Amino acid sequence: MGTTRPGPGRGVLVAVVSTLVFFGVLALLVTRSPGWDRFKAYFFDWQLYRESFPEIAEAFLINVKIFLIAEAIILVTALGLAVLRSLPGPVFLPVRALAIVYTDLFRGVPTILVILMLGVGMPALDLEGVPNSQVFWAIVSLVLVYTAYVSEVYRAGIESVHPSQDAAARSLGLSSFQSLRFVVIPQAVRRVIPPLLNDFIGLQKDTALVSVLGVVEVLNQASIVEAATFNGTPYLVAATLFVLITIPLARFTDLLVARDRRRRQAGGVAA
Amino acid sequence: MNPGAEALRVEDLHKSFGKLEVLRGIDLALSEHEVVCLIGASGSGKSTLLRCVNLLEPIDAGRIVLHGEEIGATSVDVNRVRRGIGIVFQSFNLFPHMSVLHNITLGPRKALGLSKAEAETRADELLARFGLSDKREEFPDRLSGGQQQRVAIVRALAMQPQLLLLDEVTSALDPELVAEVLEVMRELAAEGMTMLVATHEMSFARDVAHRVCFLDGGVILEQGTPAQIFESPREPRTQQFLQRIVEAGRL
Repeated sequence: MGTTRPGPGRGVLVAVVSTLVFFGVLALLVTRSPGWDRFKAYFFDWQLYRESFPEIAEAFLINVKIFLIAEAIILVTALGLAVLRSLPGPVFLPVRALAIVYTDLFRGVPTILVILMLGVGMPALDLEGVPNSQVFWAIVSLVLVYTAYVSEVYRAGIESVHPSQDAAARSLGLSSFQSLRFVVIPQAVRRVIPPLLNDFIGLQKDTALVSVLGVVEVLNQASIVEAATFNGTPYLVAATLFVLITIPLARFTDLLVARDRRRRQAGGVAA
Repeated sequence: MNPGAEALRVEDLHKSFGKLEVLRGIDLALSEHEVVCLIGASGSGKSTLLRCVNLLEPIDAGRIVLHGEEIGATSVDVNRVRRGIGIVFQSFNLFPHMSVLHNITLGPRKALGLSKAEAETRADELLARFGLSDKREEFPDRLSGGQQQRVAIVRALAMQPQLLLLDEVTSALDPELVAEVLEVMRELAAEGMTMLVATHEMSFARDVAHRVCFLDGGVILEQGTPAQIFESPREPRTQQFLQRIVEAGRL
């Protein structure tokens, strides 16, 4: 009351100054800590960063392979599981019960334990016809665990679609499967894209857990370099590689979601 | 086609939701090309009756006979029956992720097995007839309420139903948008579409309906020609209801 309204430039100025002060103080505190020089030498050896980058990046391809295959499978299996759990009527009670038990089990057990049990156990069985590749069992483990997570995301999406949509589809004579396929699931999937991306980024990071099986993927490769040089910079390389994958993926997904919304809602430019 | 042939017959229909008995013995018959309006207060069972006829709600007791076939029986293929009955909902229920054209062609393609080209030809004819051709590629959220409801009617008509159920299709619309939807309904009635219409639009009921049924407490308390119902209702409940409508300025 009575004061003059600040101009639009003032907000920007305040933001810039507060950001500079905040990060300046933070940098000062960190670099003045007693162990900073040791820390810097251990993690920020730029020459080692450049030298070790190619071999660690090559090992990262195994992580990429694991999560690409796993994600493609999970997209389908998780949707299947979510649909099974949504089946109505008393006839499907055993199916629903099984789906619930599965979800509880594989969400509850730590991923690293599943990877250890299957990755060590299955090849050890030495059965005819059972693959003994550890990467194979690593992929199976991640698929089992993340199918449980992602199916819950899908299920939340399916349940968020108003029953009147199903009623409209059924009133046109579509079967309940057709209604699910053409009306409910397409809307459900659009709504859950952000949490779906969340789980997939989680999965991508969890590919580093495969290192417990001794597979020379990005984390083990970084450890090998670290052991040879007594320098932790390779871990920084590994961290960079993960971020290099997830950030563009997140922006790309944002773009897709925004484009779909613009197309459907008022005020946008028609495609 | 025999104009007097029976299109729909409902006999002693009962329907409860939990302990609440919404329909308590409905008897109703519709001839082909007849327009019957259901009037009555909210909660009198109009919507439930329509949903039961379209088999969207399982019935507790009674019979529903469509063109001589009992459709309330559990052995009936509900998908086949629904293909012959169109329903338009109060809140449009268009599919928001599909264009207008896709909304209209989905039923004919997936339920009737028409080819994409056939379904689109049929849709384009209907869109042109109802002045919606320029909305063909639009998405539902970008249309006005009146346009959305007209698209919903077109979507139902694309199935070429023998019976059209309209469930308070103008109740969710702004007053200035009601007229365009009523106009479509008048046109359909004039063409001889058999229609069962739950409505609060008393002028529509008075002008267009062949017969008006007053629902109260889950039964049809009184029915007759619009003249009988609106000018000389016999039942006190009907008189009360119409009195309130008149006071609200809706008749």
